[in-house]
Amino acid sequence: MKKKRMNSNSILLMLTIALFVVMYVSGCIAYADKGFTKLQVFLDILKNNAGLICVVCGMTAVMITGGIDISVGALIAMECMFLAVGVEQWGLPAVALLPLMLVIGLVFGMVQGYFIGYLEIQPFIVTMAGMFFARGMTAVISTQQVSITKSELMTKLSTMKFNMPFAIGAYTNKKGKLMIPNVSIYVIIALLVLVATFLILRYTKFGRSLYAVGGNQQSAALMGLDVKKTRFKAHVMCSFLTSIGAICYVLNTMCGTTRQALGLEMDAISSAVIGGTLLTGGVGNVIGSFFGVLINGTISSLVKTNGKLSSAWPNVVTAILLCFFIVLQAIFARFRKKD
Amino acid sequence: MTTLKKITQKQLFLPLFSMVLVMLINMIYDVAHGNPFYNFFTISINSQGILYGRLIDILNRGSEAAILAIGMTLVVSASAGTDISVGSVMSLAGGVCCVLLAGFGNVNVNSYAVPLWVGVLAGILTAGLCGAFNGFLVAFLKIQPMVATLILFSAGRAIGLLLCNSAIVYVNVESFKMFGGYTWIFPTPLLITAGCVLVTALALKFTALGTYVQAVGINKDAARISGYKSAAIIFLCYVVCGLFAGIAGITATSRIYSADTNNIGLNLEMDAILAVALGGNSLGGGKFRLSGSIIGAYTIQAITTTLYALGVSSAQAPVFKAVIVIAIVTIQSPVVKAYMKKRKAAKQLESGKEVHAS
Repeated sequence: MKKKRMNSNSILLMLTIALFVVMYVSGCIAYADKGFTKLQVFLDILKNNAGLICVVCGMTAVMITGGIDISVGALIAMECMFLAVGVEQWGLPAVALLPLMLVIGLVFGMVQGYFIGYLEIQPFIVTMAGMFFARGMTAVISTQQVSITKSELMTKLSTMKFNMPFAIGAYTNKKGKLMIPNVSIYVIIALLVLVATFLILRYTKFGRSLYAVGGNQQSAALMGLDVKKTRFKAHVMCSFLTSIGAICYVLNTMCGTTRQALGLEMDAISSAVIGGTLLTGGVGNVIGSFFGVLINGTISSLVKTNGKLSSAWPNVVTAILLCFFIVLQAIFARFRKKD
Repeated sequence: MTTLKKITQKQLFLPLFSMVLVMLINMIYDVAHGNPFYNFFTISINSQGILYGRLIDILNRGSEAAILAIGMTLVVSASAGTDISVGSVMSLAGGVCCVLLAGFGNVNVNSYAVPLWVGVLAGILTAGLCGAFNGFLVAFLKIQPMVATLILFSAGRAIGLLLCNSAIVYVNVESFKMFGGYTWIFPTPLLITAGCVLVTALALKFTALGTYVQAVGINKDAARISGYKSAAIIFLCYVVCGLFAGIAGITATSRIYSADTNNIGLNLEMDAILAVALGGNSLGGGKFRLSGSIIGAYTIQAITTTLYALGVSSAQAPVFKAVIVIAIVTIQSPVVKAYMKKRKAAKQLESGKEVHAS
């Protein structure tokens, strides 16, 4: 029985990875003349989605406990705006503001976690309030688009590039100059977060208790787990990782606007679902979610490379994939029940 | 004391109380600015021969949210989940209607390509189809409502955009502006809302539909064993929710006589869900009260209008909304309720002892 369950979940994960590979390879074949085969294109997908990778790690943790967090996009907008206005208009040093962003995330997560864990209010409603609050606060801080130009540290971090070791994937461009594919520092941050979350979920007591609580609250409580505290911690973790995501995000965009990261929460949720995380809780892992992000990124990258398609297409394709995976999960769940 | 308690325990207490509070704030604001205290309530007929006043404005502007709230109430009650796709479906319905009326590919027309009723009906039916899709996933494939509706949440608006070629399609015909304009002296959206509410209320009153929905919402399996077709009832609720989203979409489109697919119904699903919660309905499904949701929807609009009147910008208003949501749900939280009950019991015990001692 147990073995079977493991199997159906790993089949889903395999499917996700296979889908990504098929999509990417077919993109390479279709758009070979437009340079889609270059390693840099893949690294740019990572670069554009570094913030989302951090967010999806937190989202996966929350979804494993059976919760949901729709405030992440708004939280990113609020923190980016805070940093941008702090640097540009209040003249504060970015060194002080970056840790402060993490603190804001922690406090935000603690408040949400308290309402969800200890007052037992539905996560959807609490985080909806959180979303309203953060979006509103963004506008309270400033309603303009603030670009970050004054901070040397930010500019340095944003433009810092790491070349691939041994010049993997290097090529010479039209002018005969050798181009070595590179990643920015925030891609490395995002990947570190991913690895850390993977290890936490798989090997720590806290990580295992997330699965236990999501699988069945009553049995988790009977096993002696503090259900309330676990759910509280999951939401704190999500908001904290989102704050790290906000740093990645702001390093990529270098500005703060009220419409920043609009709808990011839905991207994160759909990535996690495509990656095999169940919203009912108890099942999921960040590797799947990571591939979910990559699939979403590849779709938008393909549409961008094509250049002629409407910007609405990524949404439609993502929705179709989402539908496919959700129905597949439902069918697997039904088979599991019959066993 | 006992009458007060009785009143506060009524389900409609919460939405009505919030409504009264909003009105009081408005009255105080008016008085502070040297206006008569009844300024908020004045309704007059202006030079164009239509009703005019703050209250009318709130009733008019809150129409879409109120129409959505009807469908949302049924969905929440039957499936213990929310339909987050309604805003997106609204935009799709508006897009389909306008594209048909204008003819595919045109962006600005002064005459219909097809009769008005064809476009409107197609818009509403498209939305109904979307509802059926959601309902199928939730009722028959047993997928969590939020996940199931997430699909159309991201696809609905995008399909609308594709239909309109990412442009805003204008339909500059007088008769199309009717749904968002005025009929005799009344704002038409208000009349449409009244019609929707009336039909639903009558259906709930004169058929057993309301009982079915509540029974399914309280315990799906028990209802099925008692002989209700649980899945079919949940499916029906989603279809109705979709149809109402379509009607709301047509109204919103007609207001600006164009299909602004990017902005129609944006975040309106949140308002609809909030209206249901504010109406004292449990988001965990089961018993519901339609009147609560409707009052809730208009209360939210009243709050928004009041905030604008107080000089809060539309981008900043959500902060206050957040505070209101948190206040409402904290009162409804099972933990807080249990705590209040315990305190009351302790108090009764104490007073009982005193009686005994004397």
